[in-house]
Amino acid sequence: MKPPIRFTLNGETVTLETEPDRTLLWVLRTDLELTGTKYGCGAGLCGSCTVIVDGQPVRSCLTDLEYVQDRAVTTIEGLAQDGELHPLQQAFLDVAGYQCGYCTPGMIMNAYGVLLENPSPTRDEIVLGMESNLCRCSAYKRIVEAIETAAGQNGGGHE
Amino acid sequence: MSDATRMDRREFVKLLGGGIVVVVNLGHLTACRPSRAQGFRRGYPEDINAYLHIATDGKITLYSGKIEMGQGVMTSLTQMAAEDLSVSLDTIHIVMGDTDTCPWDMGTFGSLTTRMFGPAVRAAAAKARLVLTDLAAERLGVPRDSLAVEDGVVYDRSDRNRLVTYGELARGQEITHTVDEEAVLRSVAEFTEMGRSPQRLDGVEKVTGAAKYAADIQLPGMLYARVLRPPAHGATLQRVDTSAAEAIPGVTVVNQDGLVAVLGSDPEMAERALDAVEAEFDVPAPSVDTESIFDHIVRIAPEPETDAAGDLAAGREACDHTFEATYYGGYVAHAPIEPHAAVAEIKDGKATVWSSTQTPFPQQATIARAIGFREEDVRVVTPYVGGGFGGKSAGLQAVEAARLAQLTGEPVQVAWTRAEEFFYDTFRPAAVTKVTSGLDAAGRIVLWDYQGYGAGSRGSDVFYDIPNRSVRVYGEWGRAPEGMHPFAVGPWRAPAANNNSFAGEQQIDMMAAAAGLDPLEFRLMNTKDERMLGVLRRVADAYGWQPAVAPHRNGRGRGLACGIDAETYVALIADVTVDTHSGEVTVDRVVCAQDMGMVVNPDGARMQMEGCIAMGLGYVFSEEVRFEGGKILDTNFGTYELARFSQLPAIDTAFVSNDDLPPTGGGEPAIINMGAVVANAVFDATGARVHRMPLTPGRVLEAIRQA
Repeated sequence: MKPPIRFTLNGETVTLETEPDRTLLWVLRTDLELTGTKYGCGAGLCGSCTVIVDGQPVRSCLTDLEYVQDRAVTTIEGLAQDGELHPLQQAFLDVAGYQCGYCTPGMIMNAYGVLLENPSPTRDEIVLGMESNLCRCSAYKRIVEAIETAAGQNGGGHE
Repeated sequence: MSDATRMDRREFVKLLGGGIVVVVNLGHLTACRPSRAQGFRRGYPEDINAYLHIATDGKITLYSGKIEMGQGVMTSLTQMAAEDLSVSLDTIHIVMGDTDTCPWDMGTFGSLTTRMFGPAVRAAAAKARLVLTDLAAERLGVPRDSLAVEDGVVYDRSDRNRLVTYGELARGQEITHTVDEEAVLRSVAEFTEMGRSPQRLDGVEKVTGAAKYAADIQLPGMLYARVLRPPAHGATLQRVDTSAAEAIPGVTVVNQDGLVAVLGSDPEMAERALDAVEAEFDVPAPSVDTESIFDHIVRIAPEPETDAAGDLAAGREACDHTFEATYYGGYVAHAPIEPHAAVAEIKDGKATVWSSTQTPFPQQATIARAIGFREEDVRVVTPYVGGGFGGKSAGLQAVEAARLAQLTGEPVQVAWTRAEEFFYDTFRPAAVTKVTSGLDAAGRIVLWDYQGYGAGSRGSDVFYDIPNRSVRVYGEWGRAPEGMHPFAVGPWRAPAANNNSFAGEQQIDMMAAAAGLDPLEFRLMNTKDERMLGVLRRVADAYGWQPAVAPHRNGRGRGLACGIDAETYVALIADVTVDTHSGEVTVDRVVCAQDMGMVVNPDGARMQMEGCIAMGLGYVFSEEVRFEGGKILDTNFGTYELARFSQLPAIDTAFVSNDDLPPTGGGEPAIINMGAVVANAVFDATGARVHRMPLTPGRVLEAIRQA
């Protein structure tokens, strides 16, 4: 048996005795029953499976489990703290930056990564940072507005 | 509720645990049912299409066969019920698309929920309020007229301390009422819940990841299945060897009546097992492809359905100028980000299937046939649906899950990969539209000779005043002749209307330019339809329209297009910039105005308009399914390109205020004009007409070269 995989998931330590070459998306969804992270394309083309690993947005459908060894993973389920929505979640809720909601966890996590990198992005920077996330309902306008709103709340330079 | 006999209302209420039930009978819509007997077999009182239950704790539940796939009807239906019941939104819980607890419904499509189902819900709510007020009058010993209702409390107007709550009134009751008379609905002036935009009821679940979709349902012992797929439609399996898959520990292999599947305890195990399956298929030689399909469709088209007036020959005589053009549109995928998924469990002779579907009730029947169960022994539960757009009506994945659950004896998940989603999608059909039209010397349209192949009739009605016209539709998308399309086609957000508008509204624009008239002015002078005039004026006002004759030919252009869909009048104006060296088109701004009658939830309606506009950019610029015969060449988003963030124009939305008209459709209208409004703007920018969607840079350049 190979050594267990150990990482931090939404602030808690997780130890898994499983194959290290399994895909993070499926381990999250099946073994760990965190189904907020979605499968959309399986090829890193839509962004629905985006999670944060050590502060970087990654496509969990292309990420081997061993990559997160000793790292910190945050999924959509880990954003709200003590029952309080994260400002990004609140902003998505307030401006209705979603329709069917399926791509929404990936959108919010990718936006979280964008804001970690640059807390006060311009609209163009938001668009660039979100470009590889797809929303078929095409709620793009409000998603951008939600990210701008959240950036403002974080004390950034929202115009 | 598996009793095969019809239940009476009393028994029905007992099942709900007492309280008050008000049932909704949609009347003429029940004619859409394949068989009235279905209602009896499932054990519902036969005439119920939806119902409200007021429980003894005052909680109200609305049971609806309609489902939520992003269009926001969970919220707008609840608003309508709350309005006419005089309760707050949070008093009402809505159950959607569960075949065990919700009455039969044909499906969620056609922008029908708000305009057809909504009025029935309002009528039921109004009736419930009346029943409760009567009970209160009895309880309080005062005449009904002296009572008023506020937030679920009935009180005496002259003494507000004399009151009774809905919950108290429901206690000890077993009452059912049918909405069989004109219910007195609250007027627009009285509205407290309708006409406003509360936070969507699905919002918190969707921003926290808690919202469950079909593939999120996990059952103990559930197996994840992958199904062997042919490389092309029409291919037949010649040989299959599953021995290597069977040798993988933990893998179950099924090979029965053409269904070859491998199952494992996680999706990756199933995928490895599928990779280990060796199969040979006989693939027929392709006879059509992405380019040759258009001639093929015209060749194979059936006899047309004709809608005509006046005399085409006389029309030709009256013409000063005639205009002839042919328009094309390729196959378009639905491509919801949630691929089709289902989880099936069979226990104690009853199958339960959680399915991503727009049509839970028809799917219940399909599954029952496939596994040899009675319909009442199949329950379809519809969790949140991750986008549908017409593509989640067929239910192959649910049938596969149910069959595999039956064959393995375990709960089974079938969740399609993106490649399967593209392969089994029921595409928007490729279409050819031929139009000959003509103007008299005064710039009036006197001839409209219109022939549509492949798409269907929706959106082909003529709303301009044209004395001599003939619209001939050679086949509907739902009734395509065998062999017309090399794979399945189906309804795609405003089926047929996108192709018909692309042709019709470009043709109108072409005539306006030839007549030397401003495109808005030309439309206004050629229709007397008041609602169309109103929506055209509204969009022009919202945009800040200044009259000008197209084309400007300076690389920047503006386009206008209008239409009618789902009883809603819609008009759009778009600004574009065209790079005449690369053929790249950028849409800078889109303004959309709708007359959709009374607007139940203005922000929800705007969301649909914005989504239609942005989604439409995909089919306008890049979406076209490429294929060779039955082989689908696009299998993922790398080559099949949806609209993205960077393409997003500035979007403004506006309404024509029309509260006297009941709500009309909102989910589809704004997308129908996207092809024409952009093509008309490209014409203004370049003087070139692009006749084929999508408007790829290559096609735009070619059109510029020929202009």
